[in-house]
This record gives sequence, structure tokens and C-alpha cells, in this order.
Amino acid sequence: MYVAVKGGEAAILATHDLVAEERRGDVSVPEISVEQIREQMQLSVARVMNEGSLYDEDLGALALKQTQGDLIEAAFLMRAYRTTLPRFGSSVPVDTATMAIRRRISATYKDLPGGQVLGPTYDYTHRLFDFTLMANGEHAPAATAADHSLDAAMPRVPDILGDEGLMEAEVPPQHDPRPFDLTRDPVEFPAGRDVRLQTLSRGDEGFLLGLAYSVQRGFGGNHPFAGEIRMGEVAVSFVPEELGFEIDLGEITLTECQMVNQFKGSIEQPPQFTRGYGLAFGHAERKAMSMAIIDRSLKAREFGEAAEYPAQQEEFVLYHCDNVEASGFVEHLKLPHYVDFQGELELLRKIRREQKERLAERKEAAE
Amino acid sequence: MTMLQHDPDYNFGYLDEQTKRMIRRALLKAVAIPGYQVPFGSREMPLARGWGTGGIQITAALIGPEDRLKVIDQGADDTTNAVSIRRFFARVSGVATTEETSEASIIQTRHRIPEKPLDEGQILVYQVPQPEPLRKLEPSEVETRKMHAWAEYGAMHVRLYEDIARFGHVATTYSYPVMVNDRYVMSPTPIPKFDNPKMDDMPALQLFGAGREKRIYAIPPYTKVKSLDFEDHPFTIQSWTEPCALCAATDSYLDEVITDDHGGRMFVCSDSSYCEDRRAKGHIGKELAVAEALDYVDRGEGASHDA
Repeated sequence: MYVAVKGGEAAILATHDLVAEERRGDVSVPEISVEQIREQMQLSVARVMNEGSLYDEDLGALALKQTQGDLIEAAFLMRAYRTTLPRFGSSVPVDTATMAIRRRISATYKDLPGGQVLGPTYDYTHRLFDFTLMANGEHAPAATAADHSLDAAMPRVPDILGDEGLMEAEVPPQHDPRPFDLTRDPVEFPAGRDVRLQTLSRGDEGFLLGLAYSVQRGFGGNHPFAGEIRMGEVAVSFVPEELGFEIDLGEITLTECQMVNQFKGSIEQPPQFTRGYGLAFGHAERKAMSMAIIDRSLKAREFGEAAEYPAQQEEFVLYHCDNVEASGFVEHLKLPHYVDFQGELELLRKIRREQKERLAERKEAAE
Repeated sequence: MTMLQHDPDYNFGYLDEQTKRMIRRALLKAVAIPGYQVPFGSREMPLARGWGTGGIQITAALIGPEDRLKVIDQGADDTTNAVSIRRFFARVSGVATTEETSEASIIQTRHRIPEKPLDEGQILVYQVPQPEPLRKLEPSEVETRKMHAWAEYGAMHVRLYEDIARFGHVATTYSYPVMVNDRYVMSPTPIPKFDNPKMDDMPALQLFGAGREKRIYAIPPYTKVKSLDFEDHPFTIQSWTEPCALCAATDSYLDEVITDDHGGRMFVCSDSSYCEDRRAKGHIGKELAVAEALDYVDRGEGASHDA
């Protein structure tokens, strides 16, 4: 009985011991280290950092270790820790135009200033098992260096289009106010773009992927082009009040996606391309692309498009993409509900009894 | 119960003082506008969303070293999540906990109001899964906020009427909507409608926290709270044909406990503290011996284990 009238506390403490035992698995197999997870499970770590809204590769790896690789539970650990951290300020906006590029591709131009940089990607691998990995027989990987270095300037594709006026202008709101912080303030609707992008950036990758797919398949009106996807390192800098000048805090890996969408124009606006923007920690192209598609589909209101489909409805998307909140609420059904269930039982029995009586009366009257 | 010491790694009450102030401001606004849902900057908590994070944040913002905390779920102090939340507060505040309703200064609850009437000076903190009583009628938050602003509650009455037309009864047994202070329709949270009348004119302060939905609302002491109904179909509460099998109470909400797999069952008080108290005073239900034999209750149990 999981809710004995007495004894719940001892049972709960025993679950903690049991889960620790399960986490370790077979003790004859060496324990995995946080460093191993950080270095060899980087894409999982990136996902945990994104959905946990905290850039810390060591903590992301620890979260994965502590949760037996459960990505949502790991993101939850990150968030619960993040919320306790003091805030000493906001960084200077990161400039992805100055990113130290490791990968940069555009699907809208065959070639462009800076060129196409394929970088590390699974895109052109054949999805065949490499059984040497199972035998731990991996050769030390060695990628050969190119004979010339990348161009210093890597202009972003929407900026190239913007010069011609073909691209929806992206202007900061009046007086460029400090962006909303959804971890400190409650979201209200209609939500601003800052709220939308923050929510999407911590949103569940699978949920966003499915929604983006729905837009492409026809449950949404946008046909996107991958204007550009870039991945690499950017510097994060901060201006301490007492110093008054920028200091570098370090660098983080980012994946940025700029989607280009068609727009027929309206009475006021000439036809032009519109944008969708995606940005994620680490190497996370699927996430960044999905986010960019949904960012655009949620611009339906601004462009006067009918919001007929789920991916165009901001309350639907922004309320439900958060997997930590979603899993908490779905899984709270495991909590006891027997008081309410008793109410339902009582009502159901009463309605059935009354119906039986009515039928009996009717039968009697008919006879 | 093991008493835990305040863990010095965490601020008293877990939340930082700025966050507590933010929550207290939301609480003051909520008390000033009874039944109105105040948005607040709900924090990520180390317990899962949907598991009481709204109530926990309110309790954390209010609790002081002198407080005595009681946590119940389904009316009982020993249900799994009530134990977990009580352990959390014992760890982050070290305050004394109790199972005795009248001894508690703060009672955090999920799904019940204690049977023993609350007094002035006590605070009842409800955990709220869905603060919006109109959500099942209108999924959009933008729309429901307008409906509250204009007190446009016709749709809710239509829903209740449709139930009566179809089933002969309002088919809502918990989260039964109430009108607070003749102004706002409010969700009483998933308490059984049995508990709704206790909210009316209650001497204690009632606070409601929805962590995931980021809303706080309140009913100040001695406020009018009326369950929605019709003149020809007045609001009624659940009733049972038999008394509590353990303490013979006839005025409490009863849970059904299945005793075997041949349809055997007994009805027992959902409020475990109330039931124990009655037994300690010598009220004996007719199946108490059976329950003791099945280890559903401790033998010869006293009124309180934890005071």
C-alpha cells in the first residue's frame, strides 16, 4: 500500500537508497566520470544546458550522471540549481557575427562571403553502426587541418538580404529596454518576442521539432529556407559598474539559425522575406532550426495571418513547450487523488441509483 | 518523526529574501482583491511543478522560526508528498512541524480543508494545480482574464445547468467553483465540494499558490464565499450512509479503503489528525479492530506522534 496510514517517511527514504543503487548499475563495470560525460556526451550535455537554461558543461554532465541520463530530469536539476544563483548583472549582448566559426552553412546561396564550412556534422554520415566503438577500439581521431584558414569576416545571411531591403527589418523596440526575464517574472499574453525566444530556447527539443514539422507539412503556412546555420564560439563580456569597461568572462558555444520565409506583403508593406530566429547553447542544430521555424510561425499576429494552426498560437506553444513544467504536471497524476476520486465514486453511484429507480418507475407505470 | 536541523547551505525558508518580498507583495495584493488571480514571478523549485511548488513558495515566504507547520495531502499528514514537503521545510527552515490542526500556525494543504474549524491567526495555504476556474470553458488566458474583468460568468452557469439537465445533478464533485466576496469566480482547488462551505466566513486567512501557472490568490478572514448554484437546485455536499469505521464520526469526509479483493471496503476519515484525535477521546468505530489487524493504523495509537 503506497499510502499506508502510517509509515510513509521510511518508505520515501528507502526510495532514495534504491534509486542510488539503480543509478550505479553493475558495480563490476567502472563508474562513469563527469569528465567522460562532458567530453563524450556533448550533445546530451548541450540539450540539458538548453532546457535547463544554464551554460555549465560540468554541471550538465553531473546532472546527466545523477539522473541516469534522463534528459528532462537533468534539465530540472539544472533549473532548480540555477534559480538559487545570485545575479550580479547581465552580459553585453553576444555578437554572433564575430563567432569563431566551426560550422556555417547556407541553403539559400551556393556560395557566399566566407564560404560554406561543413564542420563536424552527422549530416553526411551513413547511419551504420561502428562496431569498433563497441569494442572500445577507437583510433585516436585525427582531422587534418585545412591548408588555409577561414575568412575573418563571415557576414550573416539575413544581413546580406537586408542590404537590398528584401528582408524584414529587425529593429530593437523603442529605447531598447532590458529584455524580459521569464525566470523572474510571470509571462503575460500577448507575449513579446523576447518572451517568445526565451521560452523557445528552454523549450523541449522534441516538442519544438514536432511543431516545426507540423508547420512544414501543412499545419502552418510558412515555407522556410535555411538562410544560415552557424556554430562556434563567441565571447561573453560584462561591464562591471565599478570599472565601466568591458571584460571578457570567457566563451560559450552557440548554434544560431536564421530561417528565411516568404511573405506576400500587405497593404502597408511591400512583399519581402521574413525571418525566424533560433539560438541554442552548444551544438544543437535541430533545436535551433525548430526554434527558428516556430519563431516565424508565431509572428502570425504581427503579419495579420490567420492563426489557425497550433504552431501559430502563442499560448499553445509557449505554455506547453516547457518540458520541466509539463513533466511535473503530467507526473503529478502519480500523487494520491483518492479524496477527489471518492467524490466521483459517490456521484456516479448516486446517478446510477437514481437512473435505476427512474427506469423501475417507468416500467411499473407501463405495466 | 525525525526532526531535521536547518541546513546552513540554504537561506532560511529556501528562497532568498528578495524573492520572499516579491511573493509577499503578490500576497498583499491578493488579500486586497479577494479571489483575484495575481501573477507572480514563480521560481523554479527543487520539487516538481504540479507537486505543490505554489503552496511551497507561499509557505516559504511566510514562515518564521516561531511557526509550527502542518502539511497535509488528501487530509492526511503521512501521504507521500506531504511527508516530502514537510521534510523539505524541516531541512530549509528547521521549524517545528505538527500533525495537530489546532497547534499549527501554517497549514499547507492539497485537496482538503481540515475538519476541525480553523481559528483567527492560522493560515491555510492551498496548493493549486489550475487556478483558472474558467479554463475548461475557455483555453485562452487572454480571454479568461477578460471574462473575470467584466465578471462575465454566464458560461459557467450554463455549464452547471447543462449538468443538471443531463444528470440531474451538477456533475462537479471537486474544484467546485465559488463566488468570492460577490465579485470573482474562483477555483477552490481540487478540494471536494464537501469542504466548500468551510471557506465561507472562515476566521483563518486562506492563501492559494499556483507555481506552474504563476498565480497567487487569497480569501481574507471572514469573507463571503458562495458555491455557485441555482435557487431550484441549491448546492449540496457529499454524504455517506455510514460513519467512519475507525472513529465513528458522521460529520467528516470519508475515504473508501479496499480491504480485500471480494468487494470488502471500509469508509474512514480522510482527515487523519481528526480521526486520531477522536479515537484518543474514546470514540471507537466498528471496524477499528479490523483496521488494526490489517496494520492500517497503529495499535492503541495516541492523538499525536509529532507534537
